[in-house]
Amino acid sequence: MSVVLRLERAALGFGARALWEGLDLEVNGGELIAVLGANGSGKSSLLKVVLGQVRLWSGSATFLGTPVRRGDRRIGYIPQQRLAEDGVPLRGRDLVALGVDGHRWCVPIPSRVRRQRVNQLLSSVGAEAYASTPLSSLSGGEQQRLRIAQALAADPRLLLCDEPLLSLDLPHQRLVSDLVDNARRRLDLGVLFVTHDINPILDKVDRVLYIANHRFRIGTPDEVLTTDVLSDLFDAPVEVIRHNGRILVAGVPDHDPYHHAEQAMVR
Amino acid sequence: MIGLDSLGTVWSEMFNFSDYGQLLPLLKNSIIACVVLGIVGGLIGVFVMMRDMAFAVHGVSELSFAGAAASLLFGASVVTGALLGSLTAALLIGVLGARARDRNSVTAVLMPFGLGLGILCLGLYHGRAANKFGLLTGQIVAIDDPQIKSLIVISAVVAVGLVVIWRPLLFASTDADVAAARGVPVGVMSIVFMILLGLAVAVSVQIVGALLVLSLLVTPAAAALRVSASPVWVPLLSTAFAVVASVGGILLAAGSSVPISPYITSISFAIYLGCRLLPVRRPARLTPVDVR
Repeated sequence: MSVVLRLERAALGFGARALWEGLDLEVNGGELIAVLGANGSGKSSLLKVVLGQVRLWSGSATFLGTPVRRGDRRIGYIPQQRLAEDGVPLRGRDLVALGVDGHRWCVPIPSRVRRQRVNQLLSSVGAEAYASTPLSSLSGGEQQRLRIAQALAADPRLLLCDEPLLSLDLPHQRLVSDLVDNARRRLDLGVLFVTHDINPILDKVDRVLYIANHRFRIGTPDEVLTTDVLSDLFDAPVEVIRHNGRILVAGVPDHDPYHHAEQAMVR
Repeated sequence: MIGLDSLGTVWSEMFNFSDYGQLLPLLKNSIIACVVLGIVGGLIGVFVMMRDMAFAVHGVSELSFAGAAASLLFGASVVTGALLGSLTAALLIGVLGARARDRNSVTAVLMPFGLGLGILCLGLYHGRAANKFGLLTGQIVAIDDPQIKSLIVISAVVAVGLVVIWRPLLFASTDADVAAARGVPVGVMSIVFMILLGLAVAVSVQIVGALLVLSLLVTPAAAALRVSASPVWVPLLSTAFAVVASVGGILLAAGSSVPISPYITSISFAIYLGCRLLPVRRPARLTPVDVR
């Protein structure tokens, strides 16, 4: 198995406060790692580090053997679902096309190769049906499908998903996580999947990175998502309940004094 | 029948096509200016709409008016003054107003200041009264040869600039986060866009006037977006609408004693209305196929 992303003794914080320190993490090709934790624990910031947009305090982050840098096209990024507003002159296929060559200069020149590539990406996520539908009239789940196609456009080796299931209904949560799962198996992608709820992806997760209280735990869901481990991590009595294949975490302390600082920094 | 008589007088003041043949050659410069302005306004309007910056455009045009009025007062070139004013405003709004909420408040703060400054300069100016009025409501018929040259050069810079940054700007305007992750310099894009917008506004102010810039920089693009969502058709339609409005405006206004801008704004508005009322046939949508 090949290591795609490697973090060594990585530390990140804002101002004088650390979000997390001493993080050692290897993401292998084809591996799906869920990143869990309270708001403001530094989950999204971890993705920003990998994207080269936020610098580590100390330690190193290397992608395919070289230090992470801004705009590396072999990293795909799928952000939170946000509905495109009216007044965006894009249809489904145009959003995917931006993933193919949206970073290049000048007006795009239509070509058969370009059109075929977009069609192929659209069919890989089953979105042919609304290729020509205006973005603003697509549902959140449909837009997320297109975003996955867009992220796959540059033949990535690593996929960063930042709460891609947020505000989707259950069938679409299922569908979008299935698509991510298919893609990583088919293309041998490493996946970092930031989410506040592990249940929609529980059956697909290889390992969990749980960040809380400036500390973290890494391991399989069975190793990390237990009453003992999380109580220790949160330094408070947290209870993990497993029921019908679902995991419920109760009693997580609901304060996050660093939330605003992080937002200000990342925005 | 006094009512009808005065109506007739108003009508002939608004539309008078006698001696039209002799009139047209004299309008050559103005027509060229209108075509050029239509192209620039139609193109940049698409991004103004995408980036939700209609209000900012209005703010930039008021500062451009202030700059032009100041140069009128001090005997400097109106083109230079309009440029300085609009570029300053565009950069201020671009740098201070990265987020939509900040942008609106920065614009709202700058706009009355610019308008007030402009009115002060015009109040102190004792030259031709037509010049004063023209800066606010348009003065296209008075365009001379050096002025048209500068208008064409500035417009060409905007058009070429837009074509060069088209794709990354489209990406950044659609989804800044993903564009940034893909290596698009999102911050640079927005500053470059503001500079191009400032240039486009400075040109428009001299033709349609500070108060009516939106009719060429926003209305045509808004109309185009009502009838299409294609990244190819929207800019083409928007440009066509803007050119029809500006050139149509000058052809209608030719023989009248009224400024040209009401004709431009009316045509522009009529096109928008037409696009809104048009029953748009969205592409038929097949039943989504489940991937599982």
